[in-house]
Amino acid sequence: MTKRLNTLRPGERGIVEAIHGDSAVTQRLAEMGMVPGATCEVVRYAPLGDPIDILLDGYHLSLRKRDAAHVSLA
Amino acid sequence: MSLQKTIALIGNPNTGKTTLFNALTGLRQRVGNYPGVTVERKSGTIPLQGSAIELIDLPGTYSLAAQSPDEMIAVDLLLGQQSGSAPIDGVIVILDATNLQRNCYLLSQILECGLPILVVLNMIDAARKSGIRIDVRRLSARLGVPVVETCARTGEGIRDVLQVLCQLPPPLPTPPVTPLTLPAALATAQAAVAETAELSAVEALRVLVDTEGYAAQRYLQRCPECADRLAEWRRTAANGTSLAAIEASSRYTWIRQLLRDVVATPAVRTKSWSDRLDAVLTHKIWGTLTFSMVTILVFQSIYAWAGPLMDCIDWLFGTLGTTIGAYLPRGALRSLIVDGIIGGVGSVLVFLPQILFLFLFIAIMEDCGYMARAAFLMDRLLSRLGLSGKSFIPLLSSFACAIPGIMATRTIEDRRDRLVTIMVAPLMSCSARLPVYTILIAAFIPAHAYLGGWLGLQGIVLFAAYSIGLFVAIPVIWLLKRTLFRAATPAFVMELPPYKWPSLSLVGHRVYERGMAFVRRAGTIIFAMTIVVWALSYFPRPAGIAQKYAGQRVATAVLHHPAEAAAELARIDREEAGAYLRASAMGHLGQWIEPVVKPLGWDWRIGMATLASFPAREVIIAVLGTIYNLGDAVDETSAGLQSALRTAHWPDGRLVFSIPVALSIMVFFALCCQCGATVATIRRETNSWQYAWLTFGYMTILAYGAAFLTYRATEWFLG
Repeated sequence: MTKRLNTLRPGERGIVEAIHGDSAVTQRLAEMGMVPGATCEVVRYAPLGDPIDILLDGYHLSLRKRDAAHVSLA
Repeated sequence: MSLQKTIALIGNPNTGKTTLFNALTGLRQRVGNYPGVTVERKSGTIPLQGSAIELIDLPGTYSLAAQSPDEMIAVDLLLGQQSGSAPIDGVIVILDATNLQRNCYLLSQILECGLPILVVLNMIDAARKSGIRIDVRRLSARLGVPVVETCARTGEGIRDVLQVLCQLPPPLPTPPVTPLTLPAALATAQAAVAETAELSAVEALRVLVDTEGYAAQRYLQRCPECADRLAEWRRTAANGTSLAAIEASSRYTWIRQLLRDVVATPAVRTKSWSDRLDAVLTHKIWGTLTFSMVTILVFQSIYAWAGPLMDCIDWLFGTLGTTIGAYLPRGALRSLIVDGIIGGVGSVLVFLPQILFLFLFIAIMEDCGYMARAAFLMDRLLSRLGLSGKSFIPLLSSFACAIPGIMATRTIEDRRDRLVTIMVAPLMSCSARLPVYTILIAAFIPAHAYLGGWLGLQGIVLFAAYSIGLFVAIPVIWLLKRTLFRAATPAFVMELPPYKWPSLSLVGHRVYERGMAFVRRAGTIIFAMTIVVWALSYFPRPAGIAQKYAGQRVATAVLHHPAEAAAELARIDREEAGAYLRASAMGHLGQWIEPVVKPLGWDWRIGMATLASFPAREVIIAVLGTIYNLGDAVDETSAGLQSALRTAHWPDGRLVFSIPVALSIMVFFALCCQCGATVATIRRETNSWQYAWLTFGYMTILAYGAAFLTYRATEWFLG
C-alpha cells in the first residue's frame, strides 16, 4: 500500500497520487486542488493532535487526519 | 436613476470580495432574503454615468458543487433560474492573485455558464510583494474575457473595474480560447442528463458529479423514477473512479495550461512573515496560551466592558420613561408608553453594546485571518460532538449573550453545523441569568465556606448554575446531529489564509451592519412581544381596586401626619400595583397554571413571574417585586425582595421558598429560552420560524423536566 497523507510528519512532503472514496469530503479535497500531481507538505499538527496544517501547492489548508487518510501519495 | 443591469459578484472566501463590494457600491447597499433559505441577499448599487448597476454579492465559495439549498442559490442565480430574481446580465469573478491556480477552479465552472464575465485579480500588491508576476494581457487573451488588476483595500484598480463595467455586457460572450474539455465518457453522460431532464449543461454536470449534492437531490425529487438511470450514467461515466476526482483533475489540467507562461512564481517559496507568525500562533504552548488570552479578552469585553454602556442605555430609557411619564395622566396610555413601549425598546437596545463589542472582535479576527486559526486550534474538541472548530467562538460568546453568539454562527459554512450551533447557543448561561441566580443564592443558599474560606457553597452553586447549560448542551448536540441534522460528518477542509492587517473600514462597516440588523429586525419582533406581555399584565382593571385604594389614600391624608403620609401613600401605590397584577390576565394565567408548576414546588406567584419573564428572563426580579408589593425599583441585591421571598408562604402557612424550590427555579432559568430577542434572532438568522420555535420548545420542555427532577431530588436528599 502506498503512503497516505495522514502518515506524514511535520516537514515531510509528497506528491498526490490519487484520492480514494467518493463523498462530499473527497470532492471538496479535489476541488481545493488535491489532485494527482499536486505537492503537499505537512506544516504542523494542531496542539490537540488534529487537524493538520498542509501546504498545498503554495497555500495553507487545514484538514482532519481522518480526511487526509483518503489521499495517497506517489 | 434606473437600474439597467444586474451583475453578480462571486469568488472564493478570503479573496477580498467584501472589500471590493464595499469599494464598488459604497454604502448604497440593501440586505434582504432569498425565499426559503438561510442566505441573505446582499446587493448594492454602482452608479455609472446616466445609469446604474445592481451588484449582487454571492456567498464566498470554492466551487459550484452545492450541498444545500443555500449553496444552490449561486448556481440558480448564475443560470437565471432563481425564483424572484431577474436573470443576471454578467458576473464579476474575483480571484486572489497570490493563489491563482486554486482560484481558477471556480472561474472554470463559471465560464461554462455562458455569461459575460469580468475577472478581477485582487490582492495584486501582495502577489507582487511575494514575487509573483502575472501576464494579465496573455491571461485575458486566453480566457477571452477582460481581466483587471486591483488592490481593493487601497482602491487601486477600482476605476478600471468601473470602466469595464460600463461596457458590460459585450455583444456576445466569447468562449475561452482554450476551452475546457471533459473526458468523453463524462461529457456523454452530461449531455444525456441535460437532454432527458431538460437541464442546462452546467446543472446537468452538478446532478451527475455531486453524488451527495443538492442538485441531484432536487433532480430526484422532481423525477423519483430517474434514480436508476442516474446511477447507471454515473457508473459508465466514472468507470471505477469518482466523478468528482475526474472533474477536478480535468479542471486543474486546464488551469495549468491556462496559467503556463502567464504566472511566474519564485522557484523557492520563501517563508513569509505570515508563516513565521503561524509558527507561534498555532504552536502547542504559545498558540494555546495566545488563544486563551484572546478568548478571555473577547469574553471580558462582552461581559464587563459592555456593562457600563448597557447601564447607560438602561438609565437613559429609565429616565426617558419617568420624564415622559410625568407629563402623562395616570392610566392605560401612560402605562403603554412608559412600561410597554419605552421599557420594551430599552430591553432590546440594552443588548446593543454586547453585540457591537463582540462583532468588533469577530470582524478583526476574521479580517486578519485569526478566526481560521481559532477553528484550527479548537476543532479537535468539537469534532468529538460532530461539530467543528468554527462553532467555538459562537458558543463561547453565548456565555455573555446568546444573541451575538447566534449572529456569529455566520462564519460556519456547513448549514447543519450552523443550525445545531444556533439551537444550543441559548443553553449557554448568558449574563441576563446572573441576577436570577444571585438573588436566589443570596436568599436561600447558606454561606458555608470550605478550605479555609477559599471555597464557598454560594460560589459553588453559582458555578454549577453556570455550567449546567454547557453539560446539557453535549447530549443535545449529540441528539440533534443524529436526528434532525443527520448527515455524514461534514468535511472540515478549511483554508488558512495568510495573516494581514485588518482593514479599519471593513471592520467598522461590518460592526455597523450587524448592529443595525439587530436593532431593525429583532427590535420589531421583540417590541411586539413586549407589548403583548404588557397588555396581559395590565388588563383587565377591575373598578373595585381603584375605589378601594382611592378610599385608603383619602383616609391616609386625613389620619396621618404629612411626613408619614408620603411613605404610607407609596406603600398604598405598591399594594395597588400588586392587586392589579393579581387581577390581570397574566395573574389569572398564573393561577390557572398553578397545577402545572406545582410539581416543580412553585406557587402561582412564581409561575406567573416565570410566565411574565418569557420575553426577557431578567424581568422576573421586577415582577416578583411587584407581586410582593415592593415597587418596581427592586434589583437582585435588594434586601427587601430577599426577605420577602424568605417569608412568602402558602395559604396553609408553609413557606413557599425552600432550597429545593430555589434550585428548581435556577435550573429552570438556566435551561429555558426566556428571551424574546433570542427567539427573534434565531428567526432572523435562519430565515424561518421553524427553528426558532423548535429551540424554544425543546428548551422549555428540557427546563421543566430538569427543574422537576432537581426539586424532587433535592427534596428527597434534604429530607
